[in-house]
Amino acid sequence: MTEEIIIAGFGGQGVLSMGKIIAYSGIMQDYEVCWMPSYGPEMRGGTANVTVIVSDKAISSPILHQFDTAIVLNQPSMDKFEAQVKPGGVLLYDPNGITKPPTRKDIKVYKIDATEIAAKMGNVKIFNMIVLGAYLKVRPVVSLENVMKGLAKSIPARHHNLLPLNEEAIKIGGDNIIEVK
Amino acid sequence: MGELRLMKGNEVIAEAAIRAGVDGYFGYPITPQSEVMETLMIRKPWEETGMVVLQAESEVASINMVYGGASCGKKVMTSSSSPGYSLMQEGISYLAGAELPCVVVNVSRGGPGLGTIQPSQADYLQVTKGGGHGDYHVIALAPNSVQEMNDFVALAFDLAFKYRIPAVILSDGAIGQMMEKVELSDFVPRRTEEQIRKECGDWCTLGSNRHNVVTSLELDSTIMEERNVKLLKKYEEISKNEVRYEEYMTEDAEYLFVAFGSCSRICKKSIEMAREKGIKVGLFRPITLFPFPTQQLKVLGQKMKGIMSVEMNVGQMVDDVRLAVECKVPVEFKGRYGGIIPSPDEVLQALEEKLVRK
Repeated sequence: MTEEIIIAGFGGQGVLSMGKIIAYSGIMQDYEVCWMPSYGPEMRGGTANVTVIVSDKAISSPILHQFDTAIVLNQPSMDKFEAQVKPGGVLLYDPNGITKPPTRKDIKVYKIDATEIAAKMGNVKIFNMIVLGAYLKVRPVVSLENVMKGLAKSIPARHHNLLPLNEEAIKIGGDNIIEVK
Repeated sequence: MGELRLMKGNEVIAEAAIRAGVDGYFGYPITPQSEVMETLMIRKPWEETGMVVLQAESEVASINMVYGGASCGKKVMTSSSSPGYSLMQEGISYLAGAELPCVVVNVSRGGPGLGTIQPSQADYLQVTKGGGHGDYHVIALAPNSVQEMNDFVALAFDLAFKYRIPAVILSDGAIGQMMEKVELSDFVPRRTEEQIRKECGDWCTLGSNRHNVVTSLELDSTIMEERNVKLLKKYEEISKNEVRYEEYMTEDAEYLFVAFGSCSRICKKSIEMAREKGIKVGLFRPITLFPFPTQQLKVLGQKMKGIMSVEMNVGQMVDDVRLAVECKVPVEFKGRYGGIIPSPDEVLQALEEKLVRK
C-alpha cells in the first residue's frame, strides 16, 4: 500500500497541519511516512501545499509529479493539481471559492462543503478536520483510532481538551462527502 | 530501538546534536535551515547537558567561535545555508589548516548570490573541492533522509575527531524542511574535562602546563610544505578508510543513475517507473562526497551501457563520475537549477532520451 497525497489551499486553512496529522496517523499504523511542504514566500497569504506519502514500504521520492489523491481547497490549487491526479485517483475539493469545478472524467471527484459546515458548527478552525474526515471516508488508509492517536501527537497537550471536537468534525466530514458525477 | 518521532530534517540536526553530547552550537539564522537553532533554543539544552547555544552576529563570527571551541578540544558545530556557508569559508580553511575537528551543516539553497531559498545542490564543488583558500579538504557527508540527518551528526563528529578535520553535512532545503519518521539516537553524555584531556590533550589547549599551539600560520615555507604533506597523507588515509556509498537495484542494471542527497530519492522513484517499462536502471549514491567513491563507481560503472548523473545544479558532480569511469562509458547529465527540484518523470525521460533510445 502506498498513498501519495497532495493537499493544497490558502495559507491558514490548516493544509500543513492536516498533512502532519495524516503523517502522524501513518506512524501510529506502523507505516513509513513523508511530509514535504512547499515553503517560502508563497506561504505568506498565498497558496500553501504539502505532499504526504504513507506507505508500507520504504518511501522513494518525497517529490512527486502525480498523486493518488489531491485535496484541493482553492482555485489556484485546482488549476495546478487537477491535471496531476493519477488516472483512477481521487480529487476531493471544497466548492467554496471554486469558480472552475474539475472536468476530468478518468478520476473520482468528491466534494465536501467544509467551509459551510465549519461555519455552522461555529468554529472555522476545525475546517481542516472536516476535510480530513471526508478524505478518510473515501481513502481509509489509516484507521480513525490511529488518526486520533496521531492527532494527540501532533497538537500540543494544552489543546488536548479539543480532541473530542476534532473527532466529531472528522465524523461529520465523513458523513457529508458528496460524489460528483 | 530508539525513540520514534515525526520530525523535520532541520529539527533532527538540533536534537541529534544534543544527544551526541555536543558542547557548543554557534549559528546565525538563514532559510531554509533556521529550524536548527530555533529547535535548540526551544529545547534549552544548556539546562539539560550544559551545551552552549549561541546566536552570533554573523556567520563569520559563528565559524570563528567554532574555531575557538574546537581549539579547546570541545565538540562544536555550526549550521547555515549556501550564502552563509560561503561567508564561513575563511574560517573553514583556518580550521583545516590548524587541523581542528568540527561539524558544519550546510542546508543548501539555490544560487549564485542570495539566490533563492528553495533546495539546491549547487554547493557540491564548493564543499568537495575547497571553498576556502589553500590545499585542503573537508569530509563531506550527504544525507538523503531525515533519518540520516540524525545518524550523520554523531558520525560527522566521530570522523572529525578521528582525523582532526572539519566534517560537513551537505544537505539541502528539501531534506531540511521535510518530515519523516526518525529513530533518534540514544543520549551520549558530554565529555568531561578529564576525558578531553585524555583524548585531545596532545594537541588542544587546556590551560595546563603542556604548551600546545593551535594555528594555521607558518611563515617558514619548508615547514609549511611539510604540513601540506602531512595533510595530504591524512586525506589519502581518509580516502582509503572512509568511503561510504549505497547501491540500489544495480545487480542486473544496464544503466546507472549517480545521485546524492534528495536527487537520489527522486532517482529511486524514476527507477520504479523505468523498471515497469522494462528499462534496467539502478542507482549509485555517493554518501561521502569527499572522499568520493571513485574506485567503487569505476568497478560498477564500467559494466554499464550508460550512466546519468542527476543533480540539482548545472553539472558539478558529473566530472567526478566521468573521471571515476575513466570516460570508458557514456556519461550524461540531467539537472535542474536555481531551486527547482527535478520530478521523477523528467529524470526518467532524460534517461530515455539521452541513453536508452540512442
